[in-house]
Amino acid sequence: MLEIKDLHVYFGVIHAIKGVSLTVNDGEIVTLIGANGAGKTTTLRTLSGLKKPSSGDIILDGINITYTSVQQRVKMGISHVPEGRRVFSTMTVLENLELGAYLRKDKAAIAKDLNMVFDLFPILSDRRKQMAGTLSGGEQQMLAIGRALMSRPKILLLDEPSMGLAPLLVQEIFNIIRDVNKAGTTVLLVEQNANMALQIAHRAYILEIGSIVLSGSSEELMKSEDIKKAYLGG
Amino acid sequence: MKQLLQQIINGISLGSIYALIALGYTMVYGIIKLINFAHGDVYMIGAYVGYFCMTKLKLGFLPSLFVAMIICTVLGVAIEKIAYKPLRNTTRIAALITAIGVSLLLEYGTMFFVTANVRTYPPMTGILTRTFQIGDVIISMQQILILIITVILMILLQFIVKKTKIGKAMRAVSLDRDAAELMGINVDTTISFTFAIGSALAGAAGILVGMYYNSINPLMGILPGLKAFVAAVLGGIGIIPGAMIGGYLIGIIEVFVSGYGYSLYRDAVVFAILILILIIKPAGLLGRNTGEKV
Ligand SMILES: Nc1ncnc2c1ncn2[C@@H]1O[C@H](COP(=O)(O)OP(=O)(O)OP(=O)(O)O)[C@@H](O)[C@H]1O
Ligand SMILES: [Mg+2]
Repeated sequence: MLEIKDLHVYFGVIHAIKGVSLTVNDGEIVTLIGANGAGKTTTLRTLSGLKKPSSGDIILDGINITYTSVQQRVKMGISHVPEGRRVFSTMTVLENLELGAYLRKDKAAIAKDLNMVFDLFPILSDRRKQMAGTLSGGEQQMLAIGRALMSRPKILLLDEPSMGLAPLLVQEIFNIIRDVNKAGTTVLLVEQNANMALQIAHRAYILEIGSIVLSGSSEELMKSEDIKKAYLGG
Repeated sequence: MKQLLQQIINGISLGSIYALIALGYTMVYGIIKLINFAHGDVYMIGAYVGYFCMTKLKLGFLPSLFVAMIICTVLGVAIEKIAYKPLRNTTRIAALITAIGVSLLLEYGTMFFVTANVRTYPPMTGILTRTFQIGDVIISMQQILILIITVILMILLQFIVKKTKIGKAMRAVSLDRDAAELMGINVDTTISFTFAIGSALAGAAGILVGMYYNSINPLMGILPGLKAFVAAVLGGIGIIPGAMIGGYLIGIIEVFVSGYGYSLYRDAVVFAILILILIIKPAGLLGRNTGEKV
């Protein structure tokens, strides 16, 4: 469904992404794991169109989208939950969710999806009139995911959803990611928390300073000695 | 007491004008973090458009108001597209200097076309000439009209910003441009729309001032522009209700200072207030000094 071919991204003279290629198949959860500064966020931002690559191709369902606008990509079914959640702090939970459906016009279906999000995250339903900035970190993460789902994406890009959350909450969020995937949404999950990510992902790529150094099924990678040492704390 | 009430009424008229201009400053600042120094000149253009509509085209007041708002909308959007948009990803100081350049261009460009002479608005006719006496206080029909138009425009603005899709997009872009873009919001369109609304309000302020004070000139936007900017900072720059409150406060304070015989110092007082606010509450009356929760 989504394919990146030999992607290069620069920030001025900094060569942040050095020829990354990866594939996400329909229905999969694929995780991209890497340490601080490896280039995970940059990869996702290039996928959603916020950052322009210097070369390489991004292909979604056979269509080359490397040079299309962010808007166009949202329309085509890419939804990006950015690092640090980035909810609209002085807007209500409901307004945040409505903005997720900004490009849609099918009112009835939007209402249905809103209920779907509230079923997924009942706490958001209780807080719908509350300012997003007053939510806890975990609730904000739920809102960011819910907001992204409101565009009815084919593929969901998640940037470190576990960041700054207590282990129990991380578990909860990851369970929901798995549910969302089971309901038919393909997921590309960026994480530093390799342990958790490998547990829900089908396949994984390991990114080190801008290059993919290893890839394979999650089971394979969990057994690999190198991965254990570098990313799984043992 | 009579004196006090009369001053408040006069202050509300002047404050309405400042508030209308301040709204444009604050919305533009909110969305692109630029102090649009050319905004006071858009107000001046509004006054001239109103003048020509009423004298040359013989239009009535309300149609003239409408035309002034439309022309200022177009002008504001053009300024943004031509002068500011190409600089959006450069430094803020570059955009600020450009804004000062646009301001000078509008002032002296206008002078080139209409000369530097002061022009006098045509005398109002019919119902607009009436005044009312309530107790010892005198209210003119023009003052009532200023207030009514300002209140209608503010309600309309609140409605747009709070309830409509483009208004929500404006708030979203102000809060977090990247996140807004990820929602599929067209950031360029949203910024243009913000300039459009701010400029329309400035245009309305321009023609209201022409009607109220009669005389207009190409440099008339400088001082009210600065004071409206002070009003926006006073209320908390980027905050819409803040600009309204700030505008009325500055208007009323200025009228009081003049009314009690210190007319020479009224501008000094306004800027002294700005300095004081910046020292005591840098984020303005409605502004929060704390950062956002992460
Ligand atoms: N706006 C920027 N300007 C300059 N360099 C940048 C910018 N954003 C990222 N970089 C650089 O690009 C590289 C990759 O950064 P990126 O944010 O993609 O890493 P990451 O894997 O997401 O890290 P983290 O786990 O800390 O979020 C880093 O060396 C970083 O310093
Ligand atoms: Mg990152």
